[in-house]
Amino acid sequence: MTKITIDPITRLEGHGKIEIFLNEEGDVENTYLQIPELRGFEQFCVGRPAEEMPRITNRICGVCPEAHHMAGTKALDALFQVEPSSAVKKIREMFYMAFYVTDHTTHFYALGGPDFVVGPEAPAAERNILGVIHKVGVEIGKQVIDTRIRNHHVIKVVGGRGVHPVAGIPGGWSKSISEEEREEFKEICQKNVDFALFSLKVFDDIVLANQAYVDLILADTFAHSTYYMGTVDENNHVNFYDGKIRVTDPEGKEFEKYEVKDYADHVAEHVEPWSYLKFPYLKNVGWNGFTDGMDSGVYCCTPLSRLNVSDGMATPKAQEAFEKFYETLGSKKVNGRYQPVHQRLATHWARLVELLYAAERMQELVDDPEITDPNVRPVVTNTPTEGVASVEAPRGTLTHHYWTDENGILTKVNLIVGTTNNNAPITMSVKKAAKTLITKGTVVTEGLLNKVEMAFRNYDPCMSCATHSLPGQMPLEITIRDAEGNEIERLSQYTENSCQ
Amino acid sequence: MSDKPKLAMYWAASCGGCEISVLNIGDKILVVDEVFDLAFFPCIADFKQSDVEGYPDGYIDVCLFNGAIRTSDNEEMAKLLRKKSKVLVAYGSCAYEGCIPALSNLTSKDATFKTVYLENESIDNPDGVVPLVETHVDEGTLTLPSFYNTVKSLDQVVDVDYYLPGCPPEPHQIWAVLEVVVNALLNGGPLPPAGSIVGAGNVAVCEECPLEKNVKTITRFYRPFEIQPEPGLCLLEQGLVCVGPATRAGCGALCPQVGMGCRGCYGPLDGVEDQGAKMLSAIASIVDVGEATEDEHVLDEKIGAVMDTLADPAGTFYRFSMAHSLLQRVKIDGNGDNGGKVK
Repeated sequence: MTKITIDPITRLEGHGKIEIFLNEEGDVENTYLQIPELRGFEQFCVGRPAEEMPRITNRICGVCPEAHHMAGTKALDALFQVEPSSAVKKIREMFYMAFYVTDHTTHFYALGGPDFVVGPEAPAAERNILGVIHKVGVEIGKQVIDTRIRNHHVIKVVGGRGVHPVAGIPGGWSKSISEEEREEFKEICQKNVDFALFSLKVFDDIVLANQAYVDLILADTFAHSTYYMGTVDENNHVNFYDGKIRVTDPEGKEFEKYEVKDYADHVAEHVEPWSYLKFPYLKNVGWNGFTDGMDSGVYCCTPLSRLNVSDGMATPKAQEAFEKFYETLGSKKVNGRYQPVHQRLATHWARLVELLYAAERMQELVDDPEITDPNVRPVVTNTPTEGVASVEAPRGTLTHHYWTDENGILTKVNLIVGTTNNNAPITMSVKKAAKTLITKGTVVTEGLLNKVEMAFRNYDPCMSCATHSLPGQMPLEITIRDAEGNEIERLSQYTENSCQ
Repeated sequence: MSDKPKLAMYWAASCGGCEISVLNIGDKILVVDEVFDLAFFPCIADFKQSDVEGYPDGYIDVCLFNGAIRTSDNEEMAKLLRKKSKVLVAYGSCAYEGCIPALSNLTSKDATFKTVYLENESIDNPDGVVPLVETHVDEGTLTLPSFYNTVKSLDQVVDVDYYLPGCPPEPHQIWAVLEVVVNALLNGGPLPPAGSIVGAGNVAVCEECPLEKNVKTITRFYRPFEIQPEPGLCLLEQGLVCVGPATRAGCGALCPQVGMGCRGCYGPLDGVEDQGAKMLSAIASIVDVGEATEDEHVLDEKIGAVMDTLADPAGTFYRFSMAHSLLQRVKIDGNGDNGGKVK
């Protein structure tokens, strides 16, 4: 049997590689997504004071430390049974929206966008942020950099540091916002909304206006009919900071909706000996292997998933973008809800709808005078026992669960991290792309590389967290081996000079 | 490839924050792009291990290595990059001194596997499957790198030329270091002596902290949620743990300025081998010992009583420096588990 190794040196709790096995006929027999690293936070956090968790677990990911910081901080609220004041919630959510704006922007322009803006068939050397800038103009490139800079500024002012923030405490936030800071943030918010609208227009002009791209998005190669998961508010609108977890089935019907604290009744994690990363699935459906459909507990947890589980967006412009998204992709309304979009490449567009929501929501929060309330650091005296909380990380629902002794020293920790939710769906997407592209021993070399990569990249996997960067290509390598395991060909996406 | 100097950046057991810190130097990233050719940078470009293996020894002018040594893969890459690089920089706290991943040295591989794969709240693993270095599946064999019992810093597996501290390093410090390197490579400017810590100060964080100190003593420690600290005043003198006195300056005292104590991510000062021990002596000097006494035994008892109010000395004072400390790791009992506490 021939073995193909795709060895992206990428990120989740470390690196990742894909093994593709061909059968005697030369067709794909099976594929494996392996995560070859573990750091073991769930164990080494035991013995630490619980209140340190927001400052320790943000080191799980340096690209989305704000998500771990926030999930950890909210888990402390639950652990110490303290309800944050509405001002505290607003500060936290505003901080979190600034993070979403910078994170989604970076992904679209540096990572996911190049495939569409520059084109999936463009030379690899052009498919990067610099290529995007060539296509849309230097001015836009500056706007992208400015968006990163101004929102990281907000993160640093409000969270204490630009990377790995520190301000979250049980029931509170260690830093209040001054009127001067609020004035400055108002300008930033307006720029963010304008930039999000502009980004949707770029998508319109470059992607939607090009039938070939639309066909690619709608192609079956990148479609999977799975369950979806996301956090919704009391109106079943998308929410990143707080709410209930809603799961819809592959036909779009609500399968279950539950309080975050009950997550373990709904989600279980499967273990395979060939990967350090676990495979979460819906407990009430069951693990049925890496398969699509109603009988498979595999679920997806991405911007596309969040739109699919919700009834709409909580802000006006984002709601318009939401409706356009479903109408354009041919989704019909059933019982007042759009049918789910299963085409995974539409995730890039969904991400821009979310970008606009984050920008609008941040503006609402900054416009609220309560956000400068100086009383944001309560004294907490309750005895801690156990606490669960979650947020929507850009890459999926992020759950932190802590148990402590009566002194608040951790005795047990469970973490289900954003991308981990998507471990099984990513494996399936890669397999499907590989099956479509490799038949009867014919390996579509460049096409395979980029399309397998596209299958992978739309999830914005945290394995590629740091590919949120210049020029933002997911590194991939395929080694083709014969039946004895000898290397017969090695394909790499880049030549030596390609990243210049 | 052109004759520009070759730059590499690699991550071992890390979080990606070091890569983000490089991006956060803003538009100066374009200067980096102009001056250097990238030779290996898995975060942004697809040079593979095989490319690096093919380079002549010393081909890479500067390699910024971040992340701790957690697996056999990490160690192999460290050795390869050492061989291929003229200048190897331990970039960020993980490579320099183990950082957060090295808190794992308070426990063991067995205990970690048990917690992560066998005994978790949401685990479904009736057959007790744990990841294996080699797995035979129907189609063939799949391999994983081995997971070490002890997390090591970069200089515990290869020689290191410079250390750039911080979790992650602050952008202005990164740029300051890159400027020196660029000047050396392009204009023959001087490089700091080998083994130097670069991109940081050589005074304590307290020296750059604007919070006011009044040489106050303390009788106990408070957890961050137990009191509302007085704004503008030193947190340690109010009983909130702050590792600033034992930590090298360079960050600009960011955490204390938002009311949260330093946790020591820039590592120890020059001449201090053990950051935790240094912090213990700093605490001894601010403990209220009442009447002056010559009796060391009484003194120790009083300091001990204050220390007892500290929640997790090992995990706090060695939060970032465990792998590099004199402690390095705790002894593991028969079950490979010590409850995360120092014995």
